[in-house]
Amino acid sequence: MQYAISILLSGVSLGGQYALIAIGYTMVYGILRLINFAHGDVFMVAGLMMVYLSAALPLAAALPLVLLLTVLLGFLIERAAYKPLRTAPRMSVMISAIGVSYLLQNLATYATGGLPQMYPEIPGLSATVTIAGVSIKWATIVTPFLVVILVVALTQLIHHTKTGMAMRAVAKDFETAQLMGIRLNAVISVTFVIGSFLAGVGSCLYFTNYQSVVPLSGALPGLRAFVAAVFGGIGSIPGAVVGAFIIGLSESIIKGSDWSVFSDAFTFALLIVILVVKPTGLFGEKVTDKV
Amino acid sequence: MKKVLAMILALSLVLSLAACSGGSGDSTSGGDAQQSGDSSASGGDAQQSGDSSASGGDAQQGGDSSAPSGDTVRIGVFEPSTGDSGPGGKQEMLGMQYANKETPTVEIGGKTYNVELVYADNGSTSDKAPTAAAELVSKGVSLVLGSYGSGVSMAGGPVFNDAGLCAIGVTCTNPGVTAGNDYYFRICFLDNFQAQVLVNFAQDKFSAKKAYLLGELGNEYDQGLITFFEQTFTSAGGEVVKDSFPSNTSDFTTFLNKAVSVGADVIFCPVSIAYATQIIKQAASMNLEIPLLGSDTLDSNKVLEAAQGSGVQLYVSTFYQEGGSAAFDDGIKAWLNEDSTAMTNNGGNDTIAAVTAMGYDAYYVALEVLKSAGSLDLAAIKAALPGVTYTGVSGAIGFDATGDAVRDTAYIKTSDNANGVWTLETVQTAS
Repeated sequence: MQYAISILLSGVSLGGQYALIAIGYTMVYGILRLINFAHGDVFMVAGLMMVYLSAALPLAAALPLVLLLTVLLGFLIERAAYKPLRTAPRMSVMISAIGVSYLLQNLATYATGGLPQMYPEIPGLSATVTIAGVSIKWATIVTPFLVVILVVALTQLIHHTKTGMAMRAVAKDFETAQLMGIRLNAVISVTFVIGSFLAGVGSCLYFTNYQSVVPLSGALPGLRAFVAAVFGGIGSIPGAVVGAFIIGLSESIIKGSDWSVFSDAFTFALLIVILVVKPTGLFGEKVTDKV
Repeated sequence: MKKVLAMILALSLVLSLAACSGGSGDSTSGGDAQQSGDSSASGGDAQQSGDSSASGGDAQQGGDSSAPSGDTVRIGVFEPSTGDSGPGGKQEMLGMQYANKETPTVEIGGKTYNVELVYADNGSTSDKAPTAAAELVSKGVSLVLGSYGSGVSMAGGPVFNDAGLCAIGVTCTNPGVTAGNDYYFRICFLDNFQAQVLVNFAQDKFSAKKAYLLGELGNEYDQGLITFFEQTFTSAGGEVVKDSFPSNTSDFTTFLNKAVSVGADVIFCPVSIAYATQIIKQAASMNLEIPLLGSDTLDSNKVLEAAQGSGVQLYVSTFYQEGGSAAFDDGIKAWLNEDSTAMTNNGGNDTIAAVTAMGYDAYYVALEVLKSAGSLDLAAIKAALPGVTYTGVSGAIGFDATGDAVRDTAYIKTSDNANGVWTLETVQTAS
């Protein structure tokens, strides 16, 4: 029983963290039809920035600064690597995204020397609590609630504000929206800002649980979050969240079973099955894709 | 606007390149040129080799060499500086770099040669290792040291074998490294020995009946040790539960909870440093009471740092315990404290890892080999190598018929979590 609870808890917590990354993927895809491969690495860089800044500054200053810098990083990546390619074929932008991903990983290797860096303890989140004999960190409990709050806030933003309306319009039709006087670049920047902010928050929760940060820390969570976004229906925010929780839980359950070796294989097998059986995912829009 | 941004991006790339080739001017930071990614590393390398092949004098930047002649003997350093084993590889290189700084020349056949370390990054992966090995062969090295990690050593081994170039493994403990390869030797103990030592320790100290074994999927080192541990442990009447995790896993709580639920007396996790730190941190946060046993890879100050302040019981088997040689300890600590690059590569403090001591010994073994060969001829080196004996900081080193070191003891250390230091638990023999 205790074992089952521990598996469930770690699954829910993983799912929540994947959800925060998956939202970034799905929003950017919804608007630009671009799979932003650098997103997982932005998440890793946020973790590293926290390691270095918390060594120099008090935590109360470091935490907001990390979120701010992560947002800035996301914004700059879009401006430097994706915006100049706006009229280029979609494949070029994707290759540029892969390039940014490798650049970030290698810069992180250069900065850290490839050594694992210890993420600082965050008061409150790092404290442990015992539930039914299983001792876990507060971050694990906080994550799902925080995800729900953020998703509700985000859907409000998308459905009830002017920026949200502009985002929906751009997602629907790129060129027409531009003709209607929507400032495309501003909308895209806002998307990246929100996505990076969520990645920053996600990195705080994730690395509080899994404390060592290495340059490849973002690669696998990023990929899993991407699978979650596809599973939920890429472009749909509630879909990404549901997909992330399913991926997180199934990963944790498989690890706890006798087939622990297949935990990753399952995630990616799921991706293939979804793409073959229901390419639009659980909550995907049923529009004909123009790709 | 587009052009400006493109320029900025290009500039940042160029800067990152420049930063790393700037580093290679300093002889001790040769590892640096390698660590900043594959693309830039190859640029740095080309630069280095270009310099030294042009003329011997050029290679000795700073003109601090004491030898009058420009003759240089090259020793290849086949180590990972990127990837999962990068941190360990760098620590092993530190030992060689320090030894090279201490003794930069060697007398071969009555002539004094400068020793130049030539680096090739095998990237911790078996697919990059043969390329790195071929790179060393093409640079005309006389002898190769390394690698940290048995998988890459096995992958690179055939290249050295074909080239007739002798390689001395420093801490690659898998039996497969030297078996069937006439040109691969090693100065460390083997995994079956190490597993035996740890099984004895688990049974003596904890009266362990059930062990939980956890390793990385597809990693020869982890899986090899786990197999030997399982064999020895079960034949001694114990029971094991095995699990493997895929590369880049960061959530180990499920595995640790499983160990608790199956009622394991000890957890054996011979994993690389990055995973070990995660496992220890997560074990600490779930108040794990089962002792963790680790192999030589866990003997790292990053692991120690992860365990500090927690209640985790951690025991590792290793090659060298700090305090074994006061002169070496003091010397390398002084060097680490004055060289900031070396300090960073050692993980930011001056705790001496056993692999560093082994790297140091390996360098001197290499010098002994060159001295006794009396020439730079590869065949002469091959003929001389098996007969070489040397007493280093980690103990007496000699080779048996397969090229393995003759060793009969290992040190078991435990982490003193209150003070953040390793303390010697016991000196364990295999029998």
